[in-house]
Amino acid sequence: MAAVVIGASAGGPLALKILIAQLDADLHAAVVIVNHVGSEGPDMLADMLAHGARVPVVTARERTPVLPGVIHVAPRGYHLLIERDRRFALSIDEKVGFSRPSIDVLFRSAAEAYGPELAGVVLTGASADGAEGLRAIRQRGGLAFVQDPEEAETPTMPAAALKLAGADFCGSLAAIADCINKLDRP
Amino acid sequence: MIPETDAVALEDLEVDLFIEALYRRHGYDFRDYGRASITRRIRNLALQFGAASISDLTAKVLHQPERIGDVIAGLSVPVSEFFRDPDVFLALREKVLPTLASYAQINIWQAGCARGEEVYSLAILLMEAGLYTRTRIFATDIADASLASAREGIFPASDIPEASRRYLASGGTGSLSDYYHARYDRAKMDERLVSNVTFAKHNLATDGVFCEAHLILCRNVLIYFTDRLQERVLSLFSQTLVRGGFLCVGTRENLQLSAAKQHFHIVDTEAQIYRLKPSL
Repeated sequence: MAAVVIGASAGGPLALKILIAQLDADLHAAVVIVNHVGSEGPDMLADMLAHGARVPVVTARERTPVLPGVIHVAPRGYHLLIERDRRFALSIDEKVGFSRPSIDVLFRSAAEAYGPELAGVVLTGASADGAEGLRAIRQRGGLAFVQDPEEAETPTMPAAALKLAGADFCGSLAAIADCINKLDRP
Repeated sequence: MIPETDAVALEDLEVDLFIEALYRRHGYDFRDYGRASITRRIRNLALQFGAASISDLTAKVLHQPERIGDVIAGLSVPVSEFFRDPDVFLALREKVLPTLASYAQINIWQAGCARGEEVYSLAILLMEAGLYTRTRIFATDIADASLASAREGIFPASDIPEASRRYLASGGTGSLSDYYHARYDRAKMDERLVSNVTFAKHNLATDGVFCEAHLILCRNVLIYFTDRLQERVLSLFSQTLVRGGFLCVGTRENLQLSAAKQHFHIVDTEAQIYRLKPSL
């Protein structure tokens, strides 16, 4: 598995912190995260997630390669996309479903860049963002993991993803972390 | 050959043909636009035009030349806001305007002005610094629709509260209400703000140098371009700028990977303000 894309919204920072802290130090896949946040102010999510993570966490920069073994976080205020050559691109196109960054925008571009070498993860949130993108990932042969809506702080987003895209696995954050760690074994 | 099941490869081909049609039929060159974003916009445009597919959209581009304006408007980015990233405007006030003040006549090029929010923000900045009367701003864009609406200067009144907040955060010395007239749900910007602005069509992908500038503002435009087009545009900028001229790009833009960065030194990292080095 070359890459794992993760989308989160309301309740996202805490859920992401729990998930990221359980990823193995020898993670081979690239991880890319979109978490809905306001469009102004400093980008603090990467620093926040880096505490307790066993792999490096950085804010994604345009044009730089998506690196294996590194967790990349979308900068606030921009859509984050992955080009076919597996480098990051940013856009300030209109918000999608009131969000920029949009999870669907990342997921769809990643599905096209990675095809079956991709896993998509939808976590807690109050919108339906990520559902379309997760469906695109599955259509291209990638895997879909969804946080159990029962466990999620806000169940709307994982429930919407399950309804539209279905999932290869639905469970707790710990179980999803376990899935990612296992995926990653060459 | 594309296998029947490979929908992505098929769409890729349709995008290629669309871009080629736009170029050969109308002269608009989107060939060096970043693929992921331009593909998204072409898909949205197909929906907006009620086209059954991108190929269907291509047919419209070829046979309905009167719709080219809508096509270009749909493919360009009109998203902007007044005093977006107030810290950048604060840095322009503090680190750039004092140097510009030493010139008898100041030329500023805003490349990619979209609907004009940034032009008006810049004009306000210059007025408050007492420099506006000796400044000429060239505001360019690829889309006629954007230029027309920028020239008109009418914005939704609902933009104003956030705009006022950002104006003050950027070091504004008055009140934003000094610069517009609100009527119903619209705010019309004061005509004085565009008295020294020349709005003109300019395509960064194909057009050349047209002025000598002391400051170029080009924020969140380069992010849509491939490496090759970025290099072209940065070289155009270095030819346009006077020695010691300033370049301000988007806060998340990454000049570090460009060969052209050797011509610039950084003035403010956070605000992404650069200065052209003296040529050797």
